[in-house]
Amino acid sequence: MTAVTSRPAEADIIVPRPRRGRWVGIAVVILIAAGVVSSFVTNPNYQWGVVGEYLFDPRILSGLGNTLLLTAIGMVLALVLGLVLAVMRLSASGLLSGAAGFYVWFFRGTPVLVQLILWYNLAILIPEFSIGIPFGPTLWSVDTNAVITPWTAAILGLSLNEAAYLAEIIRSGITSVDRGQSEAADALAISRGTAFRRIILPQALRVIVPPTANETIGLLKYSSVVSVIALPELLYSGQLIYARTYETIPVLIVVCIWYLVVVTILTVLEHALERRLGVGFQASASATRPRRWSRWLISNR
Amino acid sequence: MAHLEPLVRLRHVEKSFGDTTVLKGIDLDVLPGEVLCLIGASGSGKSTLLRCINHLERPDRGRVYVGDHLIGYEERADGRLHELSRRRINEQRTEIGMVFQHFNLFPHMTVLENVIEAPMRVRRVSRGVATATAHDLLSRVGMNHKADAYPKQLSGGQQQRVAIARGLAMRPRLMLFDEPTSALDPELVGEVLDVMRGLAESGMTMIVVTHEMGFAREVASKVAFMADGRIVEYGTPAEVLGNPQQDRTRSFLSKVL
Repeated sequence: MTAVTSRPAEADIIVPRPRRGRWVGIAVVILIAAGVVSSFVTNPNYQWGVVGEYLFDPRILSGLGNTLLLTAIGMVLALVLGLVLAVMRLSASGLLSGAAGFYVWFFRGTPVLVQLILWYNLAILIPEFSIGIPFGPTLWSVDTNAVITPWTAAILGLSLNEAAYLAEIIRSGITSVDRGQSEAADALAISRGTAFRRIILPQALRVIVPPTANETIGLLKYSSVVSVIALPELLYSGQLIYARTYETIPVLIVVCIWYLVVVTILTVLEHALERRLGVGFQASASATRPRRWSRWLISNR
Repeated sequence: MAHLEPLVRLRHVEKSFGDTTVLKGIDLDVLPGEVLCLIGASGSGKSTLLRCINHLERPDRGRVYVGDHLIGYEERADGRLHELSRRRINEQRTEIGMVFQHFNLFPHMTVLENVIEAPMRVRRVSRGVATATAHDLLSRVGMNHKADAYPKQLSGGQQQRVAIARGLAMRPRLMLFDEPTSALDPELVGEVLDVMRGLAESGMTMIVVTHEMGFAREVASKVAFMADGRIVEYGTPAEVLGNPQQDRTRSFLSKVL
């Protein structure tokens, strides 16, 4: 039954249903946040003073530099190899696509930690590294122990493993571009290479960039596993310090702070890149309005 | 009237996809300046035939000539047809413009960038010259005011008009249209057909796969009705649409008119 009122419809006042559950959630989150902050401030075991001492310690900064270098080289090599693997995977040849598939299966299927240790001990398996015709004459050879240092083992291990993941990401990006795009390029007499560079890749990158940024952040952090082959990256540099001073927690906090700083910078770069690649893909530029904090608290949409 | 050499000649073109034969020996001539409309039910082979003309599909047998060029192949001393390199095929394609059912504009480029891309990358035209030509072409299809817009910001009809301008930018001798209005909302079909009518009046040779019988009747020089991979009936619009001789043509027309 609807109640009949004499009031005209345009004078109606509409009251949205109260969101009680949301208020409960807000209260719980505020409580937990307050607890964490109070622990940070009042618990002396954090030793914030020690954190401050080590934050810009030259050993920590050099470890940070090594971590960044390892991530950058590893990622660049992995991108190049991943692109080759993705193109192979999409090839009509069963052998090429099968070989790429095997690569991905192997490197994705074994732990990177195991791969690193294997690379580092490569000399046991192959004492001499040589280039020549299989089963035929050798053209050039070198002692494996001279080539495999902690750095080359780390770069090999990280980039070969990462390439397997990137190959799948790049492949899915390329296949996400509508076939009509390469047909249009063909009909316009644009060469395959130009079409890939100018038409297919820019569109594929929209799909490739977000997971690749994730992978970069992942690589930055799991590059810490190279501490097992005694390469002094960020974590291992920290470990070297607290092994002597027993200031385990504050030094680990320093390490975490640096990881967070780098990840934050990477995230900002990623958003900028995504915005650039998104050009043309939204019907209209939707401006984000500034919000009052009181509105943001309960409704951030 | 002077004897005209056909611009497009198809001789016994055959094409199969797996076990399905889509084209069963097509012979067809299109004179310069003619507008040929290909009609027929879906699956009759119209689009495949059109796509054989610029080698988007590779015919299994038969020859396609545009002007003096045997499209996609060369006859060598061994008497066989060898497929040409991609580069040579692309040289042949510069003479043939194509418009697709789903426009296939490049979404990450503006309207203007879409139109100047091929002239700049393929013909090595300077950006200034390409841009000036593009503005002319965009004016011709009534889209110059949207030169800086992105395809997603345009209606379907507007996108298809841009696609026509893009196809014209390489100055082709022949334009292929693959169901250019089939993906459009009904109220947007007219603006695209108007542009195509203007193009036909300017003397462009056109092959149009279409379901728009009104357009075929008014604009086409010739109409070919296809069924089961063959051209069943061919003639002027008055002949094929007005007085069809074959049962299959009559039955098709009774469904679409």
